[in-house]
Amino acid sequence: MQEMNQMAEDAPKRVLLMMGCPEVPVQMSIVLYLSNKLSKEGMEVTVAGTDAALKLLKVSDPEGYYVRNTIDIDQLISDIVEKKTDFDICFAFMHSDAGVVYAATMSAISKARMYAVVFGKNAESLADTVEFDAQKIVAKATHNPNPLKNKLDKVVL
Amino acid sequence: MSCVEQMKYDLLLERTTFKDAREFIEKNSDEVYYVDPGYKLFKDYLIIGVPPVAIGVKGSEILFTYVKPCHGTFVMKIESLEEIKRLRDREQEKVKASLKKGQKNESSQTKASSYQELWGKQ
Repeated sequence: MQEMNQMAEDAPKRVLLMMGCPEVPVQMSIVLYLSNKLSKEGMEVTVAGTDAALKLLKVSDPEGYYVRNTIDIDQLISDIVEKKTDFDICFAFMHSDAGVVYAATMSAISKARMYAVVFGKNAESLADTVEFDAQKIVAKATHNPNPLKNKLDKVVL
Repeated sequence: MSCVEQMKYDLLLERTTFKDAREFIEKNSDEVYYVDPGYKLFKDYLIIGVPPVAIGVKGSEILFTYVKPCHGTFVMKIESLEEIKRLRDREQEKVKASLKKGQKNESSQTKASSYQELWGKQ
């Protein structure tokens, strides 16, 4: 809570929501929820994901009501490496080893403060493999987003 | 799609974890180089990985990790003398930089000892 209070002090902040593979249902609802919440706080939110994840997002939010800016995840990494863009805060979503690897990459190339949002059946054991500097938000959630939402609500006001 | 997928490659490991892929590269290469995530290979492939990321050299081929968000980590092998030369050159530069740094530290140590000598004389 204190951290996000600090976050609000210098608003607007550039916030990245980096999605992993979209096969676990809670991810999309939490991304829309979080994007809405952070945008209302005056933050500039960008959502990154694979082609499939971004298609799911655009069908869910066709008018861009909750998410205004999107970018392909590999294009995003290229843009950050080439110093064309960067963010102040990154919420990296992960439910698999590949998700952890993408988040570790982001942690290495970006100056953003990292939040590792770990979910899925094996959330706790997966969270143990997160070794980069990040605040971990962990919930064993696959179909029901509420356990993850409740944990995020404790971090994001 | 990265240029890597359009090149002639062999898959040595498929849909594995990044840790297993790194260990595979370390065990199955003649030379291993470590790079940071974002290191560029070929025309436009930026390495995704948990640092330090291992890249192996075996003969005229390089072994490296390729991560796909929905499919896990793959170990690929592609022939490229050009990329091998770039890795070796980069390593040599690192050694040179490290030696220079060592020399600087040595000279600053010398100064400290001279200062102590002067102090001792007073």
